[in-house]
Amino acid sequence: MGLLDGKICIVTGGSGSVGMASARTFLREGGEVMVVDLREADVKRATDALASPNVAGFAADVSDAAQTKAYIDATVSRWGKIDVLFSNAGNPGQAAPLTEYPEDVFDKTLAIHARGAFLACKYGIPQMNDGGSIIITSSLAGVRGGNGGNISYITAKHAQIGVMRAAARAAAARNIRVNSLNPGPIDNAFQTNIENAITKMTGVNATELFNSQIPLKRHGHPDEIAGVALFLASSLSSFVTGAVLMADGGMTS
Amino acid sequence: MGLLDGKVCVITGGAGSVGLASARLFVREGARVMLVDLREADLARAAAEIGGGAVATRTADVSRVEDVKGYIDATVKQFGKIDVLFSNAGNQGVVTPVTDYPEDVFDSVIAVHVRGAFLACKYGLPQMNDGGSIIITSSIVGVRGDGGGACAYVTAKHAQVGLMRSVAKGAARRNIRVNTLHPGPIDNEFQLRIEQGITKLAGRDGTELLNEAIPLHRHARPDEVARSALYLASDLSSFTTGATLLVDGGMSA
Repeated sequence: MGLLDGKICIVTGGSGSVGMASARTFLREGGEVMVVDLREADVKRATDALASPNVAGFAADVSDAAQTKAYIDATVSRWGKIDVLFSNAGNPGQAAPLTEYPEDVFDKTLAIHARGAFLACKYGIPQMNDGGSIIITSSLAGVRGGNGGNISYITAKHAQIGVMRAAARAAAARNIRVNSLNPGPIDNAFQTNIENAITKMTGVNATELFNSQIPLKRHGHPDEIAGVALFLASSLSSFVTGAVLMADGGMTS
Repeated sequence: MGLLDGKVCVITGGAGSVGLASARLFVREGARVMLVDLREADLARAAAEIGGGAVATRTADVSRVEDVKGYIDATVKQFGKIDVLFSNAGNQGVVTPVTDYPEDVFDSVIAVHVRGAFLACKYGLPQMNDGGSIIITSSIVGVRGDGGGACAYVTAKHAQVGLMRSVAKGAARRNIRVNTLHPGPIDNEFQLRIEQGITKLAGRDGTELLNEAIPLHRHARPDEVARSALYLASDLSSFTTGATLLVDGGMSA
């Protein structure tokens, strides 16, 4: 008996490390999973790797309203109404000093994270079952300012907490819970690329610097973030809504 | 296969509603549990409700050093080193304006919550396995104020967060995680007594007053709080330490 038996789940950013680890966990716990990501090839790679009759894929830009409706509709027409909506897609922004920060990067990062989460809630909630769960992947960068070198990412991750709190209030009447998942540094390509850029900008090895600042002295593993997502997706967290769940190895403590 | 197979757990306040619900859940997930509470009769009743050989009991006043050493030692003797230490014992104090608040009640509320959690960490940590988990039951009023009548309780619940953050830093090198659990209003005797105090002070039904402020529009059931404790106790939260987990139906969103 799984924690998500028969639950219909959507995971955006589903071919990334956290998305795919979560999709695998959700499948193991009995869910049906729609993997959403930007590029068709990445979606196919993920669904091939997940190799389950209970998985499907859909390519969509989460910052686009029509494409958001499309991935929602595709899920509903395949399996029925949605129980778990994991708005997890993100982009890394760019490491650059504030006074040189490109406007187009700022706009794009806000669009993917904040507009993407907003659209997922706006078009997802009407197609969700009462009692469902929405999870938004924010970040340590959603509650802290970082090193000052990636203002679009920090701003976007903070904005997602605002989306989450307002949506939690709005969806509570239908017993739909909305929470944010805030990982610290994760051991994956997305984070490594960010750290390499910081290393280049500051001249200090960012990966080692992070590890020295994390009480558990290591990065998180994607499977560990998937464990938090499972808690939030399942009835284990049935009275948890409007909450920020840190999974940061103690970095904010 | 349970989430706590073979784990040794201590639960203080083990005869109360959250403690007992957690004990029942932890045992179902494969753990052996030492229930700690103030009165022998309450413990006997709690242990009988759970039944089986996976539960033992020990009376203790959690604010007294000798009693704390007593329940830690008794656990290790009975079951071996500790994996999960759930510092959950609490007392409610009284609901009355600060200008009338009795000093002795203030001191006893701080003693049970704050000194109790401190002593649990101080004497528990040396007897814990690396990789273990400490959970401290704080409250929604550990992160915000109340209606103004429970200054001792609000102070004590805030203080537990400070204690948790400090202990999390120190315990991280042994990969022992330390987090606080923050329930909102729970449907139990303990909370009802507080709400009767609120009713008197506010001139309206305290229970309904709180339900109106909770987006999910109801109190938590003790087993829902227990499932959040299970999350923090288990590997699902392996990268989460130094964190505050709100279980409040969206009240603080």
